[in-house]
Amino acid sequence: MSETKRTKGVSRRTLLKGTAGLAGLAAGSGAITGFPYVKSADAKVLRYLGTAVNEGDDISKQCLKDTGIKIEYITATTDDVTKRVMTQPNSFDVLDTEYFSLKKIVPSGNILALDARKIKEFDNITPVFTKGETPGGKKIGGQGTAPWKVLYLEGKDSKKFATSATEFVTLIPTVYNADTLGIRPDLIKRPIGSWSELLNPEFKGKASILNIPSIGIMDAAMVVEATGKYKYADKGNMTKEEIDLTMKVMTEAKKAGQFRAFWKDFNESVNLMASGETVIQSMWSPAVTKVRSMGIPCTFQPLKEGYRSWASGFCVSKGVSGAKLEWAYEFVNWFLSGYAGAYLNRQGYYSAVLSTAKAHMEPYEWAYWMEGKPAEKDIKAPDGSLLEKAGAVRDGGSYEDRMGGVACWNAVMDENDYMVRKWNEFIAA
Amino acid sequence: MDTSEDILQQASPGLIPGSGTARAAKPTRLSPSFISWLQAGPMMLVFLAFFLIPLVFVVIVSFWDYNEYQLLPAFSGRGYTDTFEGCIAQLPELCTIGRTYVMTLKLCFMVWAITLFIGFWVAYFLAFHVKSKTWQMGLSLLCTIPFWTSNVIRMIAWIPLLGRNGLVNSGLVKTGLINHPLEWLLFSEFSVVLALVHLFTFFMVVPIFNSMIRIDKSLIEAAYDAGATGFQTLVNVIIPLAKPGIVIGSIFVITIVMGDFITIGVMGGQQIAAAGKIIETRVNALQFPAAAANAVILLVITFLIITMMSRIVDIKKEL
Repeated sequence: MSETKRTKGVSRRTLLKGTAGLAGLAAGSGAITGFPYVKSADAKVLRYLGTAVNEGDDISKQCLKDTGIKIEYITATTDDVTKRVMTQPNSFDVLDTEYFSLKKIVPSGNILALDARKIKEFDNITPVFTKGETPGGKKIGGQGTAPWKVLYLEGKDSKKFATSATEFVTLIPTVYNADTLGIRPDLIKRPIGSWSELLNPEFKGKASILNIPSIGIMDAAMVVEATGKYKYADKGNMTKEEIDLTMKVMTEAKKAGQFRAFWKDFNESVNLMASGETVIQSMWSPAVTKVRSMGIPCTFQPLKEGYRSWASGFCVSKGVSGAKLEWAYEFVNWFLSGYAGAYLNRQGYYSAVLSTAKAHMEPYEWAYWMEGKPAEKDIKAPDGSLLEKAGAVRDGGSYEDRMGGVACWNAVMDENDYMVRKWNEFIAA
Repeated sequence: MDTSEDILQQASPGLIPGSGTARAAKPTRLSPSFISWLQAGPMMLVFLAFFLIPLVFVVIVSFWDYNEYQLLPAFSGRGYTDTFEGCIAQLPELCTIGRTYVMTLKLCFMVWAITLFIGFWVAYFLAFHVKSKTWQMGLSLLCTIPFWTSNVIRMIAWIPLLGRNGLVNSGLVKTGLINHPLEWLLFSEFSVVLALVHLFTFFMVVPIFNSMIRIDKSLIEAAYDAGATGFQTLVNVIIPLAKPGIVIGSIFVITIVMGDFITIGVMGGQQIAAAGKIIETRVNALQFPAAAANAVILLVITFLIITMMSRIVDIKKEL
């Protein structure tokens, strides 16, 4: 008996040591976060908070070469980026986020609007952001949090969005795209032309939608509208009744076994599609590219009801001032000067300043990605891997066709709280 | 050396005669009770700073109000009333939170029962059939294999095995046992339970093995000599003596499964509700008070289960 007791004593002490060590670690890491800020007084360092979309080693290396600014990436999911802006506004300098989160971020007062007059290429930014139309003059659907609705603030420290252009810009546009459903043409074997196909019983147990409420509800609304059950005044800002109706349609489909799974993570969506578990689902452009690069046919299918679009851009933390603010402007100006834009275009995204990106791309690349023409040569990703063989045409065609076909934008609704509760109910149903 | 004796002494110094005078004889030494406080102190502080205080904050915040972008430190029951929305109006149908907890408890019970069954026999084998210490160690380490890869990779790896075109389905179709692939193998309650059992049986094996290895072998011999059958020995000697391990293992498994949302999410195809999932969705929507309220509810329910279990076995006494 006494022997067992002793062993116990030892193990308790070992545990204690371990915990003390952990506490030390925690304290240490807490102290460490303070350092880069002090150090950055001499070196040109910017802490860059954003999702993985705009971030790339190639971009930060080229930036260091061209401007001497060292970018330290802090990568998080869209939700976590917003959370961090709210709770730790001093933990970053430059913020790269989506326009729809501005409805949460701007009222918090944690970001600083940038001065449009200091952005060299501001007047060359695509009219998609400033006017809500394509360079060719096509009007773009404005449902949801369209960027031009939240692009300007009334004053430097204002928390109100201006209805007309001012020099105070919430986010300097960088990247955007038009999303739609991804399909497996080899398994479906017939043309797909409408969002309503997601709920077609033909694909029972083989469909999927993404489980991120703010984006999933938009895809759900595109589907509901396509089935002809209801026409929304604004899909991006539903009333409680509209949310109920949308979730009712989706819940019935879920109970009938329409969905194989929901996905939340980029890799999950790739796996579902590549393994053939699903044949039709909400998807993001690079995920489609990834499936295709595995040698599996996958189409980012253009649909007659249009695309759901998203856009992101740069602003800075309210704690940034003086020399650091100047570097931030230098960095944003560099970002719009072409190298980064070309890099993003080659991934299937779109850059905010088209003219500078074009200058950094080969004519055949521009023709494939932006003009919707058949590829003259093999199309390669920025890392040199083969994306498409010569002769391929981009899904959805040209920039004009794709961006001109946008129906709505990712959004935060006034009834967001209610929507999130209903989404939980949908998952539990 | 022995902390519990020190605490006893500190609580009632008169109980152990002579200890007072012994201390007086060596005034330069720190008193044993002070030393034991010193030893327990860091853990207590860590516990206080990183568990109790945050927990108090969670409870406080659960009664705050909120808007799209900030917490409003004014008393509000909104986090709770929203959570239980429709629970009375929808009767006899269950509301969201009710359905979520029924599902969570159901999964929890199935995982608990299966891990207990498997874990008990694995521990039994290790403790009574494997004679060498080295083999016991080696085989216990085998149980940790599921933890050698990352959570995400491990779960993605189930798809090629259980998926529509996976190994199991194509094998069954080829042998002619079934005509169509079984859909319920993946993204179903079955796959969730399978993945959770695969992960957490280890947490059952270790404490039960630990209890069994401490059973005095002469007790088993005595039972044998007294004419008990193998089954009688198991029921009357081994199970009662392994109870502390069973309860500790059960507490591990139940608390982990109650709060799990990643495994349930991935293996259930995000279509199965989990108490933890509700909290995650709320946090991601920056609705911290609602998330805190749900966390408090989860904590209370888990605490109730643990209390019930420790009613059955007094762990403090058994240890």
